[in-house]
Amino acid sequence: MIFDVPPYRLSGAVYGALLNHRSAMGVFADEAYRPPYNAPPKAPVLYIKPRNTLAVQGSIIRLAPGTAEVEIGACLGLVIGRTACNIQESRALDHIAGYLIVADVSVVHASYHRPSIRFRARDGYCPLGPKVTARAEVADPDALSIRTYVDEELVQEASTADLIRSSSRLLSDVSEFMTLFPGDVLALGAAAPAPRVRAGQTVAIEIDGLGRLSNPVAESRS
Amino acid sequence: MMRARVAYAGAIHEATPLSMQPGGPSADGDIRLADGRILGPREVVWLPPFEAGTVIALGLNYADHARELAFNAQEEPLVFLKGAGSLLGHFGFTRRPADVKFMHYECELAVIIGRPAERVRRARAFEHVAGYCIANDYAIRDYLENWYRPNLRVKNRDGATVLGPWFVDAADVGDPANLGLRTFVNGTMTQQGNTRDLIFDIPFLVEYLSSFMTLSTGDVILTGTPEGVVNVAPGDVVACEIDGLGRLINTIAADDEFGR
Repeated sequence: MIFDVPPYRLSGAVYGALLNHRSAMGVFADEAYRPPYNAPPKAPVLYIKPRNTLAVQGSIIRLAPGTAEVEIGACLGLVIGRTACNIQESRALDHIAGYLIVADVSVVHASYHRPSIRFRARDGYCPLGPKVTARAEVADPDALSIRTYVDEELVQEASTADLIRSSSRLLSDVSEFMTLFPGDVLALGAAAPAPRVRAGQTVAIEIDGLGRLSNPVAESRS
Repeated sequence: MMRARVAYAGAIHEATPLSMQPGGPSADGDIRLADGRILGPREVVWLPPFEAGTVIALGLNYADHARELAFNAQEEPLVFLKGAGSLLGHFGFTRRPADVKFMHYECELAVIIGRPAERVRRARAFEHVAGYCIANDYAIRDYLENWYRPNLRVKNRDGATVLGPWFVDAADVGDPANLGLRTFVNGTMTQQGNTRDLIFDIPFLVEYLSSFMTLSTGDVILTGTPEGVVNVAPGDVVACEIDGLGRLINTIAADDEFGR
């Protein structure tokens, strides 16, 4: 994806945070203290979307064999503009080039203990876009509304104001142990319950000022 | 054919061992750059020996190591992913945070994909394998949490996935299912195993992974480590060996070297 501000293109590395929206952690409010979790997470709970998952506006999301629906994690994604290694929260925004919408698609799974990567790393399970919006065009990344539609019906409305770690805080915490490079994407985390989408339906995510990312869902290849 | 990627005198070069010994090149032997220059191994900066794409790693893929960590038999491989920032070349330095109690190496056979693989059956899996190298995949157990294990703070740290020294063509590796692995810490052998003891073998892994994710050229599968992981401290020199692939050397560094 080419865009108008440095670094002008994505690196292809996409990382994301789970359980970073209050509603998402809320699902585990009781379970978090019981096995297998035993305690709520201390560090950010992160995942990697490998390059086979990367997709664009309009690309088809295929169901996994034997499944009837996918979950959509509708996220604000930070596009890194300057190398971020062990940065302070107060300076974190300086390292952001812009923002985009990330659809973190996954096969529905209940356990967050040690889930198989076949739930999150399937081909085409990370549509991004529809464009990168420059940082200067977004007044406050921590006050954006994220709306998800299934066949044009609003099914979820969330706000980045309800993130447990704000954009700056998450970027700072992640950069303590892993450097993020220009063009890398860090998705901030989706709200729960995640919308589920069946074959034949189209999911669309809108974020204030960032546009709309829509993708049809189809049956698996036999 | 075995080749390395090294930085020297202002450019990145392909390099080959100047001479071979039975079992692979020696760790302190001279190397020859593609442009003809002959150099000592410490005169260059060794990079990971290929441009890695997706880095896929296996947890608990040796029965003895699974026992060591008290895990039961699995139905499905334990697979996790690593980012490009975690990669490091031969003779590199890996930071150990001052506050941790248990950081350990993991010597692993790395399988490098040479041809895109989508829904490949195990019988044809090796057609998609270009070659092999050694991986040393560090972990810091202090940071292990029970959410989306193993979490990235344990397994995706800057400079904590060491690859090299050589990319060895598949044709030059005898039987990848019968390679001895050994790790030495400051010259003392601490880990020993053989790829014949993999729970999920290479054909299985290529078939399994390619059933849901298309593998591309340069993607790499780190196949897991046998038992014998021990704590390492700043200054320790960790050498991982695999039969025919050479010896991958790495040094543990303290926080202060990184300005922390």
